[in-house]
Amino acid sequence: MAFEPIIVSFLCNWCSYTGADLAGTSRIPYAPNLRTIRIMCSGRIEPTFVLKAFREGADGVLMCGCHPGDCHYHEGNYKCLRRYHLLQKYIQQLGIEKERLRLEWISASEGKQFASLANEFTETIRQLGPSKIKKVMETLT
Amino acid sequence: MSKENKEKPKLKMAIYWGAACGGCCVSVLDVHEKLFDVVAAADLVFWPIALDTKYADVEAMEDGFIDVTLYNGAVRNSENEHIAKLLRQKSKILVAYGSCAHMGGIPGLGNFHNREQIFERVYHTTETTVNKEKIEPQTQVKVAEGTLTLPEFYNDVRTLDQVVDVDYYLPGCPPQTERLVEVFMAIVTGAELPPTGSVVGATEKTQCDECKRIKTDKKHIKEFKRPTEVIDDGVTCFLEQGLICMGPATRSGCGYRCIEGNSPCRGCYGPPSTSPDPGAKMMSAIATMIDSDDPDEIAKIVEQIEDPAGTFYRFSLPGSILRRKLIETHT
Repeated sequence: MAFEPIIVSFLCNWCSYTGADLAGTSRIPYAPNLRTIRIMCSGRIEPTFVLKAFREGADGVLMCGCHPGDCHYHEGNYKCLRRYHLLQKYIQQLGIEKERLRLEWISASEGKQFASLANEFTETIRQLGPSKIKKVMETLT
Repeated sequence: MSKENKEKPKLKMAIYWGAACGGCCVSVLDVHEKLFDVVAAADLVFWPIALDTKYADVEAMEDGFIDVTLYNGAVRNSENEHIAKLLRQKSKILVAYGSCAHMGGIPGLGNFHNREQIFERVYHTTETTVNKEKIEPQTQVKVAEGTLTLPEFYNDVRTLDQVVDVDYYLPGCPPQTERLVEVFMAIVTGAELPPTGSVVGATEKTQCDECKRIKTDKKHIKEFKRPTEVIDDGVTCFLEQGLICMGPATRSGCGYRCIEGNSPCRGCYGPPSTSPDPGAKMMSAIATMIDSDDPDEIAKIVEQIEDPAGTFYRFSLPGSILRRKLIETHT
């Protein structure tokens, strides 16, 4: 069977999730590979969530928040941005391809952009192939 | 034997080292004159650093013969694994003693490599090595007198609880000796023990909660520095001075030995139960302190953290969520 990427996406309630919703209500077809988790703010995406998603078998993780300056809570998306940079450096040290973790800003009106992001990210992960994290990190007891 | 000892049977106690430096065993000796109290209440039936009990003697014991075993060290090779399983079978209470047994410890940093890479470095490329015959340890070698064996060195370092069930964890590198005495006395006096799986000899608070250094709410970091680049003023929070201190992601209970000694916390007590992954907690904490909203500047500031994986997971790589480097070789 052909490889279908499993992607966990964290979308903030105020912009990105609404943007994804708009893609749906506008009936824009896009890749069905995203497993979306709605959170109140991209500042809520704890690094633990991302690491756990990878550990439990996600091939890619997508973090989405409001555009800079637009955060409903003023600065949650900046916190997310800083965590993203720290996470990127850390996962690369562990030999995980940096393309597997992506941060994008999607506003409530960007349904079309969200659909093309989903397609594009799914395609990137498809090219990379399945993640080996789950298998390699298992402890053989 | 004194009178009270006759009334109460002595506890049988074992202490073993897996992949460890020996510091944990020495920390037990650091009880100093309290050792007499320990010996009055317990018989040490197995303790390789101090006693000549053989593995065969342990194998000959009945299951559950030992009351308490302190296992220090990570599980790095087949010998560590065999003895961990053996002691589990022979012990009523198995304690993961020290950082290595608890979360992997310093030997756990071996999970940034695999066996092949470690052997290559250790037996061939270190500057002080001359090994023209390219000799590497073998698990078996035949000599005139018979077959000699060595334990198998694994690709992966594991924590004790990734190999056997563990009853309690006593963290630290090494655990603060006073904490050991408290825990030991609790067992001896028959005090009610905490639920299985608890971390003992440490608190639920973080280092920061009780640190005496001056902290302000607004931490603004523009630059991360290494300890050699800062003249510490002795009173201000290390993080506010731009030094990585593991305080936000580390349990207290150690008595702040490092911080009292004007050195940032390195995280040997492991994370509190509310944030089981120390690196994730540190990334979270540091993200709120970086004083920039500009993606390029943030990237530049993050770049100054030389080795986030090795720094945040110095004592806990095998016990963390992403527990090793992605190298596809398995034992």
